[in-house]
Amino acid sequence: MKFLDEYRDFSAVQKMAQAIRRITTRHWTLMEVCGGQTHTIVKTGLQELLPETVTLVHGPGCPVCVTPLVTIDRAVAIALRPEVILCSFGDMLRVPGSTLSLFDAKALGADVRIVYSPLDALNLARANPNREVVFLAVGFETTAPANAMAVWEANRQKVFNFSMLVSHVLVPPAMETILSSPDCRVQAFLAAGHVCMVMGFEEYLPISQKYRVPVVVTGFEPLDLLEGIQMAIAQLESGRAEVENQYVRAVRRPGNRAAQERVSDVFEVTRRSWRGIGEIPASGLRLREAYSRFDAELRFPGRLLQEAEESRECIAGLVLQGIRKPYECPAFGTRCTPDIPLGAPMVSSEGACAAYFHFGRRENNGNPIVSIAGARN
Amino acid sequence: MCLAIPGKIVSIVEDGHLGLRRGRVDFSGIRKDVCLDYTPEARVGDYVLVHVGFALAVVDEAEAYRVFEALRELDQLDELKESVTQ
Repeated sequence: MKFLDEYRDFSAVQKMAQAIRRITTRHWTLMEVCGGQTHTIVKTGLQELLPETVTLVHGPGCPVCVTPLVTIDRAVAIALRPEVILCSFGDMLRVPGSTLSLFDAKALGADVRIVYSPLDALNLARANPNREVVFLAVGFETTAPANAMAVWEANRQKVFNFSMLVSHVLVPPAMETILSSPDCRVQAFLAAGHVCMVMGFEEYLPISQKYRVPVVVTGFEPLDLLEGIQMAIAQLESGRAEVENQYVRAVRRPGNRAAQERVSDVFEVTRRSWRGIGEIPASGLRLREAYSRFDAELRFPGRLLQEAEESRECIAGLVLQGIRKPYECPAFGTRCTPDIPLGAPMVSSEGACAAYFHFGRRENNGNPIVSIAGARN
Repeated sequence: MCLAIPGKIVSIVEDGHLGLRRGRVDFSGIRKDVCLDYTPEARVGDYVLVHVGFALAVVDEAEAYRVFEALRELDQLDELKESVTQ
């Protein structure tokens, strides 16, 4: 599907867009915090169906994009040890560290592998008892149950040549940081459906009340997103600030209790640095003391790496907070592309910069162009 | 990378070596082993939403079809092709 008119429910999409136009009387800015939703919005040109007074900004919803540089540098340093097999999800390997990405390390001879599941990494550890298998664990609440289970199973099966470099992040504290910023433009949030499938949505109630901001749990399909936007604007127009659930097909208020329990067995909440945003209190997960023997940071205690400097030109931090759009960056599409990214949002297909690069449509001297990538072809 | 992909459980192995309960799940032709510990209610023939090898919710067939088609249209099924690179 290149454009929304190829979507099989296009008539339903048009009806929902009309409903949004009917109820919108003022300027509103909404943020989604889910890379999958960002991908859908930009790829299908959803913004163009909305009234001009409604602006969608894209929050820090891509775990690859917010993983700090120092974590990637540490993963690279561990990967370069001869006894190590370092595994992670595919997108993680391309993210530039301060000098090398994990792919660069692989090219230098490091044993770096892409896995589909953290259990694949655990299997590799069982199959290679003379090697150290390290899994670089990134992700939001959706991915935490999988990574928690891998550690729990490693402990149960006594697979002690398995360890995890944990850089897990949590969505609600990032939302609070964005809302607390004096530059905040966000008036309503679309909460990520699959995060809420695990966590439920009760933790959004205090945020909605404290900041008087509507939060609508939303799926990732075009029609889901439009319905979520419609529900958020209906709240804004009537002065309400509540937590509502658009994605009732998959999300229950309490979420998946079994998954939550395993996560809190294995992990505990900690402060975490977010690339482009900085440190946020109580915004990440780390291994509990009882599982510290599986902590790759303790097993491979390199010298304390300095927080490396980001490219001076890259405005990823402002993009991730919804303050700037990707194409407002002077390097966008020229000195920063998916082939030679300056910042992480240009790397992952769920990053806002890469999504705009591949699919974003905007006027260029009065001529609409399909995308930066398309305009080049 | 937080998307969950729907598939149909074709068989279940209790007490597998990875996870207490594992299922073979069919994603429109691609079959994978999936941990079912977080969906103890899931049975053979059920549709589950799967994220990085773990079923996180049971959904009905119509929803599973709808989500799979949406993911296909949005080119978001690549993670199914990823397996351990040797």
